[in-house]
Amino acid sequence: MAGLMAGFGNFTHAVVRAIPESLAKDALRMNKFDVDLSKAQREHELYVNVLKNKLGLEVVELPADESLPDCVFVEDAAVVCGDTALITRPGAESRRKETEAMKKALTDLNLNIVEMTDESASLDGGDVLFTGREFFVGLSKRTNQRGAEILADAFKDYAVSTVPVVEGLHLKSFCSMGGPGLIVIGSSEHAQKALKIMQQMSDHRYDKLTVPDDIAANCIYMNLPSKGHVLLHCTPEEFPESAKVFEKLKDHMLIPVSNMEKVKVDGALTCCSVLINKRTNV
Amino acid sequence: MVMCQVTMLDGSQFPCEVEKRAKGQYLFFKVCETLNLLEKDYFGLSFKDNTDQTCWLDPLKEMKRQIRNAPWNFSFNVKFYPPDPSQLTEDITRYLLCLQLRQDIASGRLPCSFVTHALLGSYTLQAELGDHDPDEHRTDYISDFHFAPSQTREMEEKVVELHKSHRGMTPAQADTQFLENAKKLSMFGVDLHHAKDSEGVDIMLGVCANGLLIYKDRLRINRFAWPKILKISYKRSNFYIKIRPGETEQFESTVGFKLPNHRAAKRLWKVCVENHTFFRLMTPEQPTKAKFLTLGSKFRYSGRTQAQTRQASSLIDRPAPYFQRTSSKRISRSLDGAPVISVISDGSGPEGGKENGRDPALELSSDSKEDEEPSDGAAAAATTAAASNSAEEDADESEATLRKSKLRVQGENIYVRHSNLMLEDLDKTQDDVLKHQASISELKRSFMEATPEPRPSQWDKRLTASPATSLRLQAQGKSPPRMETFLPESKDVVKSADDKQKSEAVAAATAAQPVVEIEETVIVEEVRKTPKPAAAASEVLEVQAVASQEPQEAAKVAVEEKKPAIEASISSDSESEEEAEYHPQTTSVSVEQIKEEPEEEQEEAELNKQEPSPEPEPIAVAEPEIAPAPVPVQPVVEDGTPNAKEEAQPVVDVVDDGIVEEEMMLTPDEAPNGYSAEDMQGLGSLEEEEQEPRMNGDASHVETEHLPQVICCSEPPVVKTEMVTISDTFAAQKTEIATKEVPIVHTETKTITYEAAQLDGSGDGEPGVLMTAQTITSESLCTTTTTHITKTLKGGLSETRIEKRIVITGDSDIDHDQALAQAIKEAKEQHPDMSVTRVVVHKETELAEDED
Repeated sequence: MAGLMAGFGNFTHAVVRAIPESLAKDALRMNKFDVDLSKAQREHELYVNVLKNKLGLEVVELPADESLPDCVFVEDAAVVCGDTALITRPGAESRRKETEAMKKALTDLNLNIVEMTDESASLDGGDVLFTGREFFVGLSKRTNQRGAEILADAFKDYAVSTVPVVEGLHLKSFCSMGGPGLIVIGSSEHAQKALKIMQQMSDHRYDKLTVPDDIAANCIYMNLPSKGHVLLHCTPEEFPESAKVFEKLKDHMLIPVSNMEKVKVDGALTCCSVLINKRTNV
Repeated sequence: MVMCQVTMLDGSQFPCEVEKRAKGQYLFFKVCETLNLLEKDYFGLSFKDNTDQTCWLDPLKEMKRQIRNAPWNFSFNVKFYPPDPSQLTEDITRYLLCLQLRQDIASGRLPCSFVTHALLGSYTLQAELGDHDPDEHRTDYISDFHFAPSQTREMEEKVVELHKSHRGMTPAQADTQFLENAKKLSMFGVDLHHAKDSEGVDIMLGVCANGLLIYKDRLRINRFAWPKILKISYKRSNFYIKIRPGETEQFESTVGFKLPNHRAAKRLWKVCVENHTFFRLMTPEQPTKAKFLTLGSKFRYSGRTQAQTRQASSLIDRPAPYFQRTSSKRISRSLDGAPVISVISDGSGPEGGKENGRDPALELSSDSKEDEEPSDGAAAAATTAAASNSAEEDADESEATLRKSKLRVQGENIYVRHSNLMLEDLDKTQDDVLKHQASISELKRSFMEATPEPRPSQWDKRLTASPATSLRLQAQGKSPPRMETFLPESKDVVKSADDKQKSEAVAAATAAQPVVEIEETVIVEEVRKTPKPAAAASEVLEVQAVASQEPQEAAKVAVEEKKPAIEASISSDSESEEEAEYHPQTTSVSVEQIKEEPEEEQEEAELNKQEPSPEPEPIAVAEPEIAPAPVPVQPVVEDGTPNAKEEAQPVVDVVDDGIVEEEMMLTPDEAPNGYSAEDMQGLGSLEEEEQEPRMNGDASHVETEHLPQVICCSEPPVVKTEMVTISDTFAAQKTEIATKEVPIVHTETKTITYEAAQLDGSGDGEPGVLMTAQTITSESLCTTTTTHITKTLKGGLSETRIEKRIVITGDSDIDHDQALAQAIKEAKEQHPDMSVTRVVVHKETELAEDED
């Protein structure tokens, strides 16, 4: 019997979504970059392939919706922890409808669905860092206090602390979990500052792994029955220095995954999937 | 005799007859006895006061004085939630903790998810009903149980499903599983209090084993771990914490919160003091030394700390006591919504729980913690109003009036959150380095507060005049060593003996001096301390009495004589509790070392309040005389290696035109008797400290070399203290610092304390025996030097402590740094084999002006 808060990183399913053609032109982005659509699509295929074939997750692939240029970034539409899925209310108006398909997919997976209906609330999943013991929610351009409150209500077992995100898009634009109790963090000043706040706010101790590039700090950690610690991280081509740091993780099965095109529209590795564990959790 | 009703955790009632003047502990021990509970330190009795607020029954005080007009109904509850219940020794303790948590969960005070409700519920079924029996346990068998504030059919089905999966699990195992899961809940053991931040925004303050948590709605917006908190205080309805400076900060900052009323502020403060002591310290802190009559509450946690109780528990050697895990009693009561209410409303107490002094009425209005009590926001409001009324009743009338007039001024303090405050966690080195290298001239720098020299409060004076006082003085001739035979804890013993001697000495010394009032205050001090030993006197006492040497008549007499005085002081306690402060760990040194800085920032306004007193007002000058007893006992480790140990603690007090005191304690660096290296490093390991209380008493720890390491200085807050507001980190980072006014306190009192970290962890409970104590006094024109030497024998270790006090009275301006340096130098020269453990310079030039 898996107890409460056991099995961090244990996943059986993933929800992903295809890239619409509108992404290249219409997807939101903080900087003006031209996106090579076909390259982005190839990149995404590889990503899904890793989840499905290399890691053996059951992958639910939602079709692209041309009216939702950012829809590939499914992470923002839902926060799943244990049996509960919180359907968010994304901060960007143009992305609100992305949650519809997500809600359906998660309902089909038999999760307890909690919806964020409050019109004053906004929350992007990219601002939610779940450490296995607690949540940190970045208060950013996309996520507000009310959104964080609703998240806290949805996941009552856990402490939910807020962290200001003053630069970058999301909280997870410069950090993520690299293992149980291991926070991967970028080197920028605001990233380091956010880490300190998280450490201060927590009753738990976290180790940190600092990588030179903020966006490289966004990686995907899993703990899979047959594979142990798995880490999907940036490729050496994109971030050579940061990749070297990841290579020091000896206990992890390291899988570099290219994210060159999607990053141009502020998509990080975690953005492109919602990971679910249907096996344990009581 | 009075009949008390105690509501037990299983919902049953325990009637108990007590004497009208019985203390809280009498009833508590009766209850524990009935429960067959040995690990009792995690528990407490609570009651509802006449404003319907839940309070913890102070074991050391008379019950009657605490409950006042409220009915004699109490509730047995968990007071300190052990963060790791698996470390409890006995199943029965775990069982009781389970019962408390089930109440907490069912009432909504401990929020959890659907799945968690179901999981915990299933363990409850397994523990109480055993394996699922398909014949006996049809689906409705669980509707008698109350697992969640709102229990659905779906949840019950889930519970049953999970119950089936626990087949074969014993009740004790099921309880353990229950606790292993419950302890991970984020609100486990968090005692919430309503408050407002500087902007009037509603927040919740949560006190727990690790520190203080700040919540806005459900979100945690800040956290102050105990090691970061230098001081906890309250003043009227304001509650303050002073925060250790962060990496980029030079100054401490003070964070203020507004509580609904004075009593709420005081209750929060008490809970903080208790939780800090219980979870962070090795031994309880001594009650405030009378030297610095802080006017405020002298309240200190008097029970055993977690470390002590664990140690004691490890010695439990009895077959597991039989107890019945029957759900029947609870089913008819707490497991069902309605009965709970009735239980509570009949005044019998928390039932649904108000552990940790929680105040159900207040919690009602929090959305995260609903209480099962019928009234909602209205009740909270009502109680608030009521509480403030009674708060005033508390005080003397004159006081009340005065307070009103001061309130305007007081209430306007603006606190501004300091932006870097919360970022300092990782960085302790600077702080450390500073302290480590602190030279005499730096003493003043790091920790400064004002000490308007308080006048003795009314009870002090009353005591002075009381017969008890004179009796005590007469008892002087008796040999102090005898005293401790009756006292449960060595340090108390030594301490009181110490005080006594000191006071005698001082009294004698000052007889011919201008400072006449010393005598009074000193006496007060003695009296002040006695409640502690008396209180601690639970089981330990018996053991002690047997173990230690023959009781002597003389000693007995002395002890008895003390009694009236003790009571007097207790009874008058509440009158002067307008505010109080507490220093969690000024220096990460353990309790004994943490001296109460005389840094009361009380404004004169408050001093004035105290003035209307029955006794002739002593000259303010007198007070500082009463140096806090330097807690000279170094506890000996349980299995202590028989190392002879010596300590010397000169105390130097210097008094000048106002008063300057220096107090110095010497302790030889020495013997491996169980101090951990970590302790020695003092602040060096802030982060580690957060993880666990320092286990000085642990045999495995090795004592290291040490030099005095910790230094704190006090000076007027005008200089150093920034008043800071609470707001969340976000605001902090956005630097929305609305710095408004820094409240300025005019005061001319200064205290500098220098402490060695070395004594850290002293007082691990092993009683010591005071071997000898002598006091030598020498006088010159304007200087009085009192040397006080105590030898204590504890478990084969002998320890010598020299305390030297120099009181300088005069008009000349004394250079403190020099005086201090000189004192240390002399002490070192005179006792080269000993180390200085504490030096206090206390100076009072003139009374501060009223800031009004």
